[in-house]
Amino acid sequence: MEGDIVQMGAYIGAGLACMGMGGSAIGVGNVAGNFLAGALRNPSAAAGQTATLFIGIAFAEALGIFSFLVALLLMFAV
Amino acid sequence: MATEAQGSQEGLVFHPMDQFIISPLFGDGPVGLLTVTNATLWMALAVAAVFALLVLGTSRREMVPGRAQSVAELTYDFIHKMVEDVAGKDALSFFPYIMTLFLFIVFANFLGLLPAAFTPTSHIAVTGVLAMMVFLTVTIVGFLRHGTGFLGLFWVTAAPLPLRPVLAIIEIISYFVRPVSHSVRLAGNMMAGHAVIKVFAAFAPMIILSTGIGLLVTPLSILAIAAVYALEVLVAFIQAYVFTILTCVYLKDALHPHH
Repeated sequence: MEGDIVQMGAYIGAGLACMGMGGSAIGVGNVAGNFLAGALRNPSAAAGQTATLFIGIAFAEALGIFSFLVALLLMFAV
Repeated sequence: MATEAQGSQEGLVFHPMDQFIISPLFGDGPVGLLTVTNATLWMALAVAAVFALLVLGTSRREMVPGRAQSVAELTYDFIHKMVEDVAGKDALSFFPYIMTLFLFIVFANFLGLLPAAFTPTSHIAVTGVLAMMVFLTVTIVGFLRHGTGFLGLFWVTAAPLPLRPVLAIIEIISYFVRPVSHSVRLAGNMMAGHAVIKVFAAFAPMIILSTGIGLLVTPLSILAIAAVYALEVLVAFIQAYVFTILTCVYLKDALHPHH
């Protein structure tokens, strides 16, 4: 097997970068779960807060997308 | 994204990133500034779909709306309410811009889900321009409305005095990261979903090659394609919604910069 240590490092780095997506998944679940917990206690106030819910999810998700982007850059651009 | 020739030699029939290649529609020359490409075509189709929904759908203006007119009115009300709730009443002068953004993104996302279609919003070049326009609009509007008072956005008066310079640095960094996260979120979501569908699609024809337990690969991957596709329909709408609502949030910061 031909060894290209730089390419190998890039692929390992891409795999490691994907761990960030796990953290983002925990974050998104946390936001949605807490929203649901609050919404079940006071359902009448829940409808007005869906915009806040999506903003929170978007912020948490952005960081996972960043790590996905780093993985893609390592795979295809470096 | 780069096309990789090695994919065809090692199992995958095509590369999952091949769908994002921009190629000229007529002939195959280099792609220049004015070349008509597949990206141009699908963006034009998105604009045509918006036109069809809003202009043709509401052209009859019946008292009891038909299907197209109902959808057009519902969309209008939905965005109007979002701008009013999130950004405030005085942001309604920006409503046409935000409505345009939402409709273009949502139609580009949905049309990109058609088989063999191209998704313009999966390219950072497209979403980057959209996010940069929002960023410039918000910054210019902030300075026009409040002058140097707009800098109060970075000077958090609610915090104790020694903490304020530190917070100012953090606020400034987060302000300039906004267009990056704004554009990468949309492009990354669209690209990731489409790439996952194509990865499963590469496993789908395995039934020709495999025997025994390997025969299960094809039905499982077809099921997975259906599931991911359904998720993508949801994501296509939610990402357009998130892009629009973040525009409203940024606009609110520009119109009311004091914490």
